Amino acid sequence: MKSLATQRRKPVAALVLVVLVLSLIGALYAAVGSATKVQAVDAPNSAEQIALGEKLFVQSCSSCHGIGGVGTDEAPSLVGAGEASADFQLSTGRMPLTAEQAQAQERTPVFSDEEIMAISKYVGSLGAGPSNPTASQLEYENADLALGGELFRTNCSQCHNFAGEGGALSNGKYAPNIRNASPLQIWQAMITGPENMPVFSDQTMSDSDKQAIIKFVNHLDNEPSFGGWDGGSLGPVSEGLTVFLLVIGLLIGAAVWIGAKVR
Amino acid sequence: MSNAIGNFASGLDDRLTIASWSRRNIRKVFPEHWSFMFGEMALYAFITVLLSGIYLTLFFKPSMTEVLYDGSYVPLKGVHMSEAYASTLDISFDVRGGLLLRQIHHWAALLFVAAMSVHLVRVFVTGAFRKPREINWMIGLGLLMMGFLAGFSGYSLPDDLLSGTGLRIAEGIMLSIPVIGTYLSFFLFDGEFPGDEFISRLYGIHILLIPGVILALITAHLLIVWYQKHTQYPGKGKTNDNVVGYPVMPIYAAKAGGFFFVVFGVIVAIAGVITINPIWGYGPYMPDQITAGSQPDWYMGWLEGALRIMPNWETVAWGHTISWNVFIPAAVLMGIVFTLLGAYPWLERWATPGDQTKDHNLLDRPRNAPTRTALATGSLTFYFLMLIAGGNDIIASQLDMSINAITWVVRIGIFVIPPFVFWITRRICLSLQRKDRDLLLHGVETGTMMRLPHGEFEEVHAPLSEEAKAVILSKETIEPIPYPEKTDANGVKTPHYHLKKMQAAVSHWLYRDAVPLPSAAELEAAEHHILESAEKGAPVMHQMRQLEAEGGVMHDPSAAEADRAAGVTVPHLDAEFDQKAEDEKGQQAD
Ligand code: HEC
Ligand code: HEC
Ligand code: HEM
Repeated sequence: MKSLATQRRKPVAALVLVVLVLSLIGALYAAVGSATKVQAVDAPNSAEQIALGEKLFVQSCSSCHGIGGVGTDEAPSLVGAGEASADFQLSTGRMPLTAEQAQAQERTPVFSDEEIMAISKYVGSLGAGPSNPTASQLEYENADLALGGELFRTNCSQCHNFAGEGGALSNGKYAPNIRNASPLQIWQAMITGPENMPVFSDQTMSDSDKQAIIKFVNHLDNEPSFGGWDGGSLGPVSEGLTVFLLVIGLLIGAAVWIGAKVR
Repeated sequence: MSNAIGNFASGLDDRLTIASWSRRNIRKVFPEHWSFMFGEMALYAFITVLLSGIYLTLFFKPSMTEVLYDGSYVPLKGVHMSEAYASTLDISFDVRGGLLLRQIHHWAALLFVAAMSVHLVRVFVTGAFRKPREINWMIGLGLLMMGFLAGFSGYSLPDDLLSGTGLRIAEGIMLSIPVIGTYLSFFLFDGEFPGDEFISRLYGIHILLIPGVILALITAHLLIVWYQKHTQYPGKGKTNDNVVGYPVMPIYAAKAGGFFFVVFGVIVAIAGVITINPIWGYGPYMPDQITAGSQPDWYMGWLEGALRIMPNWETVAWGHTISWNVFIPAAVLMGIVFTLLGAYPWLERWATPGDQTKDHNLLDRPRNAPTRTALATGSLTFYFLMLIAGGNDIIASQLDMSINAITWVVRIGIFVIPPFVFWITRRICLSLQRKDRDLLLHGVETGTMMRLPHGEFEEVHAPLSEEAKAVILSKETIEPIPYPEKTDANGVKTPHYHLKKMQAAVSHWLYRDAVPLPSAAELEAAEHHILESAEKGAPVMHQMRQLEAEGGVMHDPSAAEADRAAGVTVPHLDAEFDQKAEDEKGQQAD
């Protein structure tokens, strides 16, 4: 195993592997003809793409992650982080990291879609790691919504809250609001486990389970708020504030008004 | 015809003597102030809870039997859940008006406890709990506790993820009680948590037992208020022995009835537009699930906060773990707080000279009881810090802070901030007392400066209104109970020396530093003085008012000239002015 792993680390081997995998994926995508951006991958171009990715990586990332992504004191090694991880980090604007913060912030991405794809391919080529899902894997429309809800409440709501509004973790870290996350990002987050989030690998969560979760998260954002304004779905804290600031406030106003002497 | 009705009525009255009863009571007088409305607010919220709750009982099924959901809320179709949860979903989505009624019930429940709490604070800071009203204070505390229980039991009924999480914590608290904890939990849950009996047991408690007790307590509470009559704020013509206000019929009853509809209306309006407890989002309770932002309703928030900031202390004794980390914040703290609240009236009475016999029907202005008021603000600060700790995760994620930082700030803050607030409140009260004294001695500053002929500036002072004077003079000057001598003049030991010393110490703590009211002689002298100033200033004030109406400026010297030219004179000022001018001329001539 170990020798295989070292073999795999060799740039050439990695390249060959990537080209192979990519052409396979490319063929698949072409067959499916889906509209996701991953589809733009074209096997013949991937070597060029990786070269472009490497160039961008050296410019923007290597100061922290080291040349060849081997890692430094500043940042972890990206060998084996996988294409999905890089794509997730870049498309949510978390990387390149800027300020020293408890946690990388979501921002508008720094790079264009093409550049992101190139860098992701490059990071993917550094070592075997989670790769992006295929278009058919992302087809969640037929998934089981109720199952997705149950899986979400079992695996995700403890950090992201029952409505996907997010929540606090220790020491200033937090699980972000995921109501607007795209299906691709949800998938990537699950298989790469960014920062404090656990990895939900294929062994622990099947594709259909992931699709169900995506369907549920997507549904959260589209469900009408049945009881009226939902106060940010923060639970009893905002309800308590409402009682004191709004309800009691209104009633004191009324009490003063009624109590005012009529003359 | 009318005779027949009259006969019937008088016949009825002979038997029930309603007429004389109501003649006596309809003319009963109630004083009025907006701060007296919180009790009513609680009452009307309770009535709203009761009415909406009755509707909910028609559809709610208090059973933990597992069913497959097949209602109209699609995201839960086919999910296993308890009948209780399924029926609450049905109330929300398939019963006409059900969701609105659920939201009314829950908002009104929150308001019920909130209004009681504010009412308690009002009663405390105005000293309304003093003799003869200690009993009603205790009943009020009972109502507050029942409110907690009613709310918590209701919150647990729908068997959604939040209510299950709350019950899990309640179970943890039970288990933390040394020795009996485990037995208690097994007894209540009929075995291991959550069991399949608890919801149906809780149901009876929630809809029958607790509302029954609350109704009984409210009845007693109101009867006592009726019988003892309401207290009133000090003011002109208000004494310890009268009640000034409106008769119940028709004015007060109309106002109170109107207020019921205001309370009810506001609750319904809020329930119509703001979601509360979206149980469909939380999902059914599963012991292996939890959501970020799991919180109890607000009135339990301070205990939640205490739990969250408590360090993780445990002791293992004889093979049993004692969880101080749960037992102290959840069980002991609540016990201490309610014991202190219950004991306070008796404690204050014990340490107040002459209070053993005296009745108090006139309220204190909070500034006139600085220690008591400071106790209130200090305790409220403690309470709010706990609430903050209870919502630490929400605050952290909403305000981008570290949850650990908040926890530590509160851990240290509860020992530092309340004493500071206590100290500063006492200072403020005492300086307000000083200001009152100044008002009596110097009158109201009109803000109008008057320049005297010899150049000196003086502010015109006006006398206080009779009302304001009566309010300030209502203050009782209380001398703390003196410290006892160890032995009397004959060398005989004072009985209960240590107890008396403690009594004197508490008394000093309550009443030292009070700013005394001016003596009668001082007041009279002051009155004279103020009247003089007012009289002297009257023409100036008059002139100023005229000038202001024309947009003129008072200190413009030419205005006075113009006045003179126009023949407007202010006799004694003019005389002084002329005299002054003469003098100056004379000096120049010298
Ligand atoms: C200022 C230093 C810095 C820069 C520049 C930076 N990173 Fe990072 N990166 C980090 C740190 C620190 C972490 C680990 C903590 C985290 O995820 O926030 C990280 C994590 C990552 C991860 C996740 C690793 C994993 O194991 O899942 C990826 C992928 C990544 N970076 C890619 C990039 C790429 C691509 C760039 C260039 C566009 C880049 N980073 C630029 C500091 C940096
Ligand atoms: C232990 C807590 C935890 C759990 C459990 C968890 N997450 Fe996360 N999740 C996080 C954290 C922390 C981040 C942010 C990572 C970062 O900033 O790099 C995150 C990020 C994400 C993002 C990216 C959000 C964005 O807009 O960039 C998605 C999507 C996501 N999680 C989905 C899920 C799903 C789906 C599950 C359940 C299968 C889940 N998470 C379970 C902690 C958690
Ligand atoms: C004494 C004051 C009371 C308080 C503070 C109170 C509070 C609550 C609360 C907070 C809930 C949870 C509601 C939710 O969000 O779903 C609840 C549920 C419920 N209450 Fe009450 N309640 C009170 C009295 C009553 C009474 C008198 C009745 C009936 C006669 C009643 C019947 C119910 C029922 C049937 C439910 C469960 C149905 C549901 O949750 O939708 N309650 N109560």
